[in-house]
Amino acid sequence: MKTMINVALPKGRLGEKVYSYFKAAGFECPSIEETNRKLIFENPEKGVRYFWVKPSDVAIYVERGAADIGVAGKDILLEYQPDVYELLDMDMGKCRMAVAAKKDFRDPKGRTLRVATKFPNIAETFYNEKCRDIDIIKLNGSIEIAPILGLSDVIVDIVETGTTLKENDLEVVDTIVPISARLIANKSGYKFKNSEILAIRQALEEQVRNRK
Amino acid sequence: MINDEKIIKNDERAIFALRSLYSKYGYSQFKMSRFEEYDLYVKNKDFLVSDEVITFTDRSGRLMALKPDVTLSIIKNSADKAGCVQKVYYNENVYRVSKGTHSFKEIMQAGLECIGDLHSYDIAEVVLLAVKSLSLINDKYVLDISHMGLVAAIFESSGLSHDGKAKAHACLHQKNCHELRAICADEGITEDNTNKLCALIDNAGDASTVLSALSPMLTTEKEKEAFEEFRILCDVIENSGYASCINLDFSVGNDMKYYSGVVFKGYIEGIPTSILSGGQYDKLMKKMGRTSGAIGFALYLDLLEQMDSPEEGYDIDTVLLYTEDIDPLTLTKAVEDISGAVSVLACLQKPKGINCRRILSITTDGRIETLEDND
Repeated sequence: MKTMINVALPKGRLGEKVYSYFKAAGFECPSIEETNRKLIFENPEKGVRYFWVKPSDVAIYVERGAADIGVAGKDILLEYQPDVYELLDMDMGKCRMAVAAKKDFRDPKGRTLRVATKFPNIAETFYNEKCRDIDIIKLNGSIEIAPILGLSDVIVDIVETGTTLKENDLEVVDTIVPISARLIANKSGYKFKNSEILAIRQALEEQVRNRK
Repeated sequence: MINDEKIIKNDERAIFALRSLYSKYGYSQFKMSRFEEYDLYVKNKDFLVSDEVITFTDRSGRLMALKPDVTLSIIKNSADKAGCVQKVYYNENVYRVSKGTHSFKEIMQAGLECIGDLHSYDIAEVVLLAVKSLSLINDKYVLDISHMGLVAAIFESSGLSHDGKAKAHACLHQKNCHELRAICADEGITEDNTNKLCALIDNAGDASTVLSALSPMLTTEKEKEAFEEFRILCDVIENSGYASCINLDFSVGNDMKYYSGVVFKGYIEGIPTSILSGGQYDKLMKKMGRTSGAIGFALYLDLLEQMDSPEEGYDIDTVLLYTEDIDPLTLTKAVEDISGAVSVLACLQKPKGINCRRILSITTDGRIETLEDND
């Protein structure tokens, strides 16, 4: 029997694009394209089993071995630091982690900087390197309104086109790191399903190269 | 005498087998207290897997800790005599914060330490004992080994800045070649040196293939010296009978402040993280004021819970129901008769949630009747 590789895909538009790469690379699974509410799909002939999970959970499924491989955003990997291998930059879902503030912002150097973010670890690491004392305000959404309402001085968030920032009179003041989707693998699974995972990695790398 | 294999748990079975293995190679058991002075851990915080420690003040006012680690205690109690090698094994519980839950967890850990004037043989023996330990637990296992001296020498000659090295190390541990190349490009590292660093990620597998791919790339004396040391160990591995289960993999890493030579991690199919971790920690010895070297490893036996156990079937074979007016002597005899061959639970009522093969009842005059048979 063919070894099955469990693949965690992020639900949503990014996940659909990721699957299209897998499909073009020769790891298709027709049932995934049917309209239904199923979450797990497999193609035993190709040795792949896909499942849709919340994008921020992909790394957990892979780290804990429920999935052998998966595709997760670099933002999630930096924030949660899962103990996984990062095998390939999929060159999609590209954006950047940035510090943004009101257009007239000047860093209040004499006091603690208030930072609103969904990514406290990334923010902390960034400001630690600058030896800047900060107060992190962990929010779960609508980060952009925090500086407008005076809740924070700056925000640390993902910026794709910058439209939301512009519409709220905010602008990027610093770029922390570029973000894109990455192929990750469970460390133990990588040992025992090595040739299968390497074959998928290589086929996907070819897809990434062809579409550049 | 235990005559039912099924009731022995994976970790219990492993402990028996490991003790027997380590004793066979002249290792003696090291038994220690659950507590250690907190000071020992403060001085070597980075060596610990997690720097959070459970502390309390003892009756004489000393700040104590529930042991988060075994190695530091063994080094503290070891002799530091020239020409001597001390070989000990242990099986202890340690107390650490679990990454997932952020709460303290009691972790059952077994392992061994070889401390003293180490010969190449001692190093090879420990590496082979690590792989033999894995083989006693499961048929499907892999030991990944690397050499911190060789990795450090390649990083040193690369031309990377201090910060660049730290970032490149993180990439190496994640097998992240794309970002490693980006870091090298940012720092203006030559193509040859970039390729040499990436070769540490790209080359993983059996010893002879990996070593022959890496050998022509080495240029400095330090690199060649560390390579030679590693090659000698790999020769032993190649001829050990375990070569197919040992991979050279430079993504295996441990803190460079403490580890100097060979480092390794062991994996078992079905367990998502490494179950064994070890290496040569001469730098830690030096930091603790010792002149000798040391190598050892730990096995995290609590992870064996995650290993697939064979289908257990029933919780208990027979439930024997009795009434309150039964004579205890009659009941005792009946239980003894039945339990000779199978497990039996005598009770007034079948407890909820118990899965049994059959339910019997006993009358006051000792007659046994079958109420339910699930065969």
